[in-house]
Amino acid sequence: MTHGLDGPAPEERPTPAGRRNKQGIRIDPEIEAKREPRRTVISVLVEHEPGVLSDVSGLFSRRQFNIESLTVGPTAEDGRARITLVVEEPDPGIDQVKKQLRKLLPVIAVRELEPDAMRRELALVKVNAERPDRVAAVADMYDAKTVDSSPETATFEITGARQKIEAAIETFGQFGIREIARTGTTALARGTDDTAAPPTESSAAEANQTQQFTQPTDDD
Amino acid sequence: MSERAAPVTATEEQYDDQDPARDAREPADTTAETESEPERHPVTTGAEAVVRALENAGVEHAFGVQGGAIMPVYDALYDSEIHHVTMAHEQGASHAADAYGIVSGEPGICLATSGPGATNLVTGLADADMDSDPVVALTGQVPTEFVGNDAFQETDTTGVTTPVTKDNTFSSEPDRVGTDVSEAFALAREGRPGPTLVDLPKDVTNAETDREPDEPAVPRTYEVQERADPETVDAAAGRIENAQRPIMLLGGGVIKGEASEACREFATEHEIPVVTTMPGIGSFPEDHELSMEMAGMHGTGYANMAITHCDTMIAVGTRFDDRLTGGIETFAPDAEIIHVDIDPAEISKNIRADYPLVGDAGTVVSQLAEAVDASPKATKWRAQCQQWKSDYSMAYDAPEDEPIKPQFVVEALDEATSDRAVVTTGVGQHQMWACQYWTYTEPRTWVSSHGLGTMGYGLPAAIGARFAADDDQEVVCIDGDGSFLMTLQGLSVAVRENLDITVAVLNNEYIGMVRQWQDAFFDGRHSASDYGWMPEFDKLAEAFGAAGFRIDDYDEVADTIDDALAYDGPSVIDVHIDPQANVYPMVPSGGDNGQFALTEDQL
Ligand SMILES: Cc1ncc(C[n+]2csc(CCOP(=O)(O)OP(=O)(O)O)c2C)c(N)n1
Repeated sequence: MTHGLDGPAPEERPTPAGRRNKQGIRIDPEIEAKREPRRTVISVLVEHEPGVLSDVSGLFSRRQFNIESLTVGPTAEDGRARITLVVEEPDPGIDQVKKQLRKLLPVIAVRELEPDAMRRELALVKVNAERPDRVAAVADMYDAKTVDSSPETATFEITGARQKIEAAIETFGQFGIREIARTGTTALARGTDDTAAPPTESSAAEANQTQQFTQPTDDD
Repeated sequence: MSERAAPVTATEEQYDDQDPARDAREPADTTAETESEPERHPVTTGAEAVVRALENAGVEHAFGVQGGAIMPVYDALYDSEIHHVTMAHEQGASHAADAYGIVSGEPGICLATSGPGATNLVTGLADADMDSDPVVALTGQVPTEFVGNDAFQETDTTGVTTPVTKDNTFSSEPDRVGTDVSEAFALAREGRPGPTLVDLPKDVTNAETDREPDEPAVPRTYEVQERADPETVDAAAGRIENAQRPIMLLGGGVIKGEASEACREFATEHEIPVVTTMPGIGSFPEDHELSMEMAGMHGTGYANMAITHCDTMIAVGTRFDDRLTGGIETFAPDAEIIHVDIDPAEISKNIRADYPLVGDAGTVVSQLAEAVDASPKATKWRAQCQQWKSDYSMAYDAPEDEPIKPQFVVEALDEATSDRAVVTTGVGQHQMWACQYWTYTEPRTWVSSHGLGTMGYGLPAAIGARFAADDDQEVVCIDGDGSFLMTLQGLSVAVRENLDITVAVLNNEYIGMVRQWQDAFFDGRHSASDYGWMPEFDKLAEAFGAAGFRIDDYDEVADTIDDALAYDGPSVIDVHIDPQANVYPMVPSGGDNGQFALTEDQL
């Protein structure tokens, strides 16, 4: 009948010199396109309906996006909640995280916050209080509020940027820490800037631009 | 096709005892439409609101299986003009609805009861989700008071289906339930299509309500951008004008977005060679000179050369699946990518877009057509593409003294049917031969499981396609023996509904694609891929009440195919093919598209 497939073997064919990197970006042979993975804060305004949190967390696990922390709470407007996520950049990039979040139906707005956004975390730290004076001195240093005390223990509330909380916990460590409970980061943009509000221009327009914020400085 | 029972209209007496205000609440549009439209009585229960929502959306067919929790909805369907096709398995219902959606462009509807009914739908929903096919699933649920208590036949259906649906809803209000269904219908087809699901607790569908469902509309948080950013369009147009080696890559989105015509015009006007993805098959006529056919793992050699060597790629409605791209590093490495997609999340997900164009495929291609002033000067490139077409032509050996080659059977079926014939397949080697050796020229004639790769898709898909296709369009299922075995109970449905479909089982007594990979990559160790105990499919067909045929020799091929196609009802041809036949060309997973193998030795 006919003859089988033919044509030059793979090694006899021309091949282009170019390459793409793992994110599908063409590599300029001169400058190697490199991308430093970053950590960033994403604020999501959602309809406060059952299942929205599992939609968001399910999306993250399904797509192998790394959540470092997630907080959620109501907003000034009835029926709406704000979710604040700290994420580590996955391979397809932070933009892909934002676009996938936007696809969820209860999601109203998504925004990646600028590095100077106000970010706060809260921790409750229960320490041994055999040396109340020294414990109090450390608490003073970090603006920690006493929320409970007993003959053996003292529990403090510390709020602030993540670094401050970490530093406080480390310093309290000298007394012996009994228990810790921490929230994740919650955040708002500065000044008149909207953190994440219903989109004014079409949200899809953002697909045309790539935001590249640097690592949050974490020093406020 | 099947005769439908005359619609049952409500009689006056049925409503005599009711609140007169209810009778006054006639929906405004029922009489306005056409004279022949049956008079509709106002809804009285949640279940009636569900069915009314489907009617308002223009639904004509629904595929499903009865059960306790969905019974109120079926009871309401009893009085409806909607033709319900009782399937043999819910997986078949979701595949049939999926195929119905592909062929008609309108969402296919499937129904199932709670628990096992709902979980049986999941494969078809996942399939529709991967391929962005419009499907609406309605599932029964245990009464609200039992939800969460592990009641009989309870499954967290919205929980189970969240990852595989575009959206799903637990419908908890009798006054909302109709609107929930309307919304699910609108969402399934708007923007990037996909499957949606409404979970219907039995107390909600049983409850009294007089709330007519709202017209289908998407929820307000769902926004779709129709037109792409004009500046980016202009920039992309400039790039196209200056291209030396342009190609168009057409994906499934072209077909879903009804953009085939716009793409054909654009390609022919500017003489740009066209490759398609597997879901994009049919978007561009494969017998056209500019067609390079399908690219990717089992694409043609010439399509893969073109994709690898182009300098400008106009990619429309594709998500750059790895079966298309092979290894990302070597995918079109010299090409600037113009990516048109209605879903912003597809832009730069796998392959970075140099010109991201978010919008409806047809609209954006028209915008591009408007913006491009001069055709690219690509005479040499087109000649090169033609050269590749002859260098790497698709062909096969078919010596008379060897068992039948599957490629021959696919070509014979293509020849015996019209250009508009609809082809459905299972998953495996036969599916690839059906891509490679059938010449597709029309959109919505190629119906297959692309993204999920679901064996068993072919027969239920043929059932769904039969209801969506025109009467003069043949529906042919090219199946594998393994795939057919998975859902062949659907034959009972095809016989009961007297559906004119022809199934050609390319029987190699192997799950062939696995055997091919084992030969190539696992030293020929045929672990669990040798199906040496296949039933006789022609006799099995007869047992179901369908027509059975068998082909063992080349000289039986043409006549038997004619007989099977001529049979007015379901027919099955058990075609005994060369069990050692393999699919080539092949790009090994993650490989370089330009390095496709033509034989096993080149792997
Ligand atoms: C539901 C399901 N299970 C398993 C697979 C893995 N798989 C892919 S191809 C294939 C073999 C298909 O065999 P058959 O339907 O006989 O087609 P052939 O390759 O022989 O043409 C298998 C098992 C699949 N795609 N789908």
